[in-house]
Amino acid sequence: MIILINLLNMDKIMDNDKNKIKSIIDEYSGSKGALIPILQKTQATFGYLSEESMTIIAEALNISSSDVYGVATFFAQFRFTPVGKYVIRVCHGTACHVGGVKILDAMLKSKIGIKNGETTKDGLFTIQEVACLGCCSLAPVVMINDTTYGKLTNEKLGKIIDTYVQAEKEGKTL
Amino acid sequence: MIRIKVGTATCGNAAGAQKVFDKFKELSLNDKDISLEETGCIGMCYVEPIAEVAVSGEKYLYGPVDEKIAELIFQDHVKGGKPVEKYVLSNTSNEYKFNKQRRIVLRNTGVIDPEKIDDYLARDGYNGLKKALAKKPEEVIQIVLDSGLRGRGGAGFPTGMKWKFANSSKNDKKYVICNADEGDPGAFMDRSVLEGDPHSVLEGMLICGYAIGANEGYVYCRAEYPLAIKRLIDAIKQAKERNLIGDNILGSNFSFDIHIKEGAGAFVCGEETALMASVEGKRGMPRLRPPFPAVSGLWTKPTNINNVETFACVGYILSNGAESFNKYGTEKSKGTKVFALAGKINNGGLVEVEMGIPLREVIYDIGGGIKDGKKFKAVQMGGPSGGCIPEHLLDTKVDYESLMATGAIVGSGGMVVLDEDSCMVDVARYFLNFTQNESCGKCAFCRIGTKRMLEILNKICDGKGEESDIADLMDLAAKIKNSSLCALGQTAPNPVLTTLKYFEDEYVAHIKDKKCPAGVCTALINFTINDKCIGCQLCKKVCPVAAISGSAKVKHQIDQDVCIKCGACYKACKISAIDKK
Ligand SMILES: Cc1cc2nc3c(=O)[nH]c(=O)nc-3n(C[C@H](O)[C@H](O)[C@H](O)COP(=O)(O)O)c2cc1C
Ligand code: FES
Repeated sequence: MIILINLLNMDKIMDNDKNKIKSIIDEYSGSKGALIPILQKTQATFGYLSEESMTIIAEALNISSSDVYGVATFFAQFRFTPVGKYVIRVCHGTACHVGGVKILDAMLKSKIGIKNGETTKDGLFTIQEVACLGCCSLAPVVMINDTTYGKLTNEKLGKIIDTYVQAEKEGKTL
Repeated sequence: MIRIKVGTATCGNAAGAQKVFDKFKELSLNDKDISLEETGCIGMCYVEPIAEVAVSGEKYLYGPVDEKIAELIFQDHVKGGKPVEKYVLSNTSNEYKFNKQRRIVLRNTGVIDPEKIDDYLARDGYNGLKKALAKKPEEVIQIVLDSGLRGRGGAGFPTGMKWKFANSSKNDKKYVICNADEGDPGAFMDRSVLEGDPHSVLEGMLICGYAIGANEGYVYCRAEYPLAIKRLIDAIKQAKERNLIGDNILGSNFSFDIHIKEGAGAFVCGEETALMASVEGKRGMPRLRPPFPAVSGLWTKPTNINNVETFACVGYILSNGAESFNKYGTEKSKGTKVFALAGKINNGGLVEVEMGIPLREVIYDIGGGIKDGKKFKAVQMGGPSGGCIPEHLLDTKVDYESLMATGAIVGSGGMVVLDEDSCMVDVARYFLNFTQNESCGKCAFCRIGTKRMLEILNKICDGKGEESDIADLMDLAAKIKNSSLCALGQTAPNPVLTTLKYFEDEYVAHIKDKKCPAGVCTALINFTINDKCIGCQLCKKVCPVAAISGSAKVKHQIDQDVCIKCGACYKACKISAIDKK
């Protein structure tokens, strides 16, 4: 019984999701080179690109799903598994490399208990290594979703992570 | 009217500028005599967050400001009329003077409010476009040719020449693309210009569109720059409202529209043909040239592609004449260039200098020398395509030809300063790892050759190097350079070649003596605690992996199996009780 209800729910969610993807595709109808913007918007909406979503996009654009997958896997931005609420982008650019990101990175990983590309069990954080966030003179630099933090030390980053954890406990989003 | 400005570019915000802005907002909430504004990055990232207070035309630049200092400045200066000398960086009733700098590209960043088109217009904005529209396209191109402007995206190709090619391609549809992919780690001038002065880039694109006969343009901006994208969207909207973008611009026959495309995280998409493939919605793989974009570019239409900084120069040149630009610089490298100073340098940030200035002056006179009194070792220029310039070449002039002669390049203008604590083999390995990751995989030598080079470098850093490794590296480097289609592969070996050229002794130390002289390569160093330890627990606290044990006031120990050799303890210890060997 419980399984049945879940399945029914799933179907509903799927339908809802399908509509969302379709409306994203509609937004770009008629504009050239729309595949990447559609993939970006889909990922922004769902946090990642599922196999189903790529199939829907392929059908709507009348291209093969392997073409869609080929484009999606080419670019580092696209993810194929769900990500946490906050994506922590750790800069491994030149300035941050010589500016001691190694120490920071080790602290971060041991503090939240995941490696690069992984998501915490509670779904709060994902760590992603990137090359240069464009704030090199404030190295080492970390970006959490769209907020950039510079001149970091273990202590500072630790406190920043704590504020996100705390906000989550209070039901807030930073 | 008292004007308070806070620099809220990404770098300012990363240093806490938003809090400072909010503080000023709270303090000036009901005060009609105070106008609070945001501005871009003035380039002095080392003293961010930066705020400016202007009372009857007399401007004071403050930094670094935090919420407390903001309160102090508000009470003493804004309310009390007395500047808080202690935090004043500079003051003037005119334009700020920057030691040995000359600002053309950065003429407005950190000065105007980038979200207000009127600020840009008040400083001669779109005057270049107006002047261009009154001329024939060929005359516009001649001015750009005369200015001597060369592409700032890396290759340094004469901009006027490129425009001429695109202009002479006959087609009913042409495109202008602005390359804002800025993938080179260590460079951030394009971000700063887009965030701090987006209209200057749009104006350059418009002038280009008029000159080559295009009516549509794209800005290809990397997704890591959300603020730049937001500012561009705002700026395009405002320019449309003023008929500066759209149909029959300023009453002329010229129509032009600009779209934004967000990059999706691939360094190779900075390469022009790969960029265009990605705009078309394909995998971003470079293709063989010719045909050049000027003949067959975006959707096979003639296309002119320039870098952000290149476009930012164009409006100024058209407005002030070719001579206002070519009077600066050297014979072959005209004008000014923005450099991003980062790494082990005191005054990190953006600087704009005349081409031809000696490197030493940039690093010491403008950059304030090396951090923490350490010794200069090298400056890395041109990112993954560039090289490391050693101390004995510090008098090299900063221009395309002189830098090329050292094995480095001007590139996009990133300067990462390395000190005695940097290992040059590790730096070379760092870049090879980068290019190896970013190779699109089309050419075998770029795809596999860089992998083999990286393996050799990893081996050397792990203390397993053999004497034949250096010859193998050189051999692979030559083959990769010769057999790659695009500049990513053709230049990928440069960081290895320049470090081998100037720092071969470091390679030899790793290979023969199994030592890393700078103490960076983790396989070749160990941290141990000596008898000086007083058990203060400082090291224990900073260790990120809890490898240090010991009670208070008792000598501590490092568990070598857990230690990741990050050096945090070594840095933290105040009494040299930790040995690095
Ligand atoms: C791997 C690679 C990456 C590049 N990245 C950039 C970039 O991020 N920004 C840029 O303006 N040019 C980049 N270029 C250079 C462009 O291909 C092109 O030369 C440039 O955009 C032309 O503009 P310009 O003439 O104004 O310099 C790159 C080239 C290569 C080979
Ligand atoms: S190297 Fe980290 S922000 Fe540029």
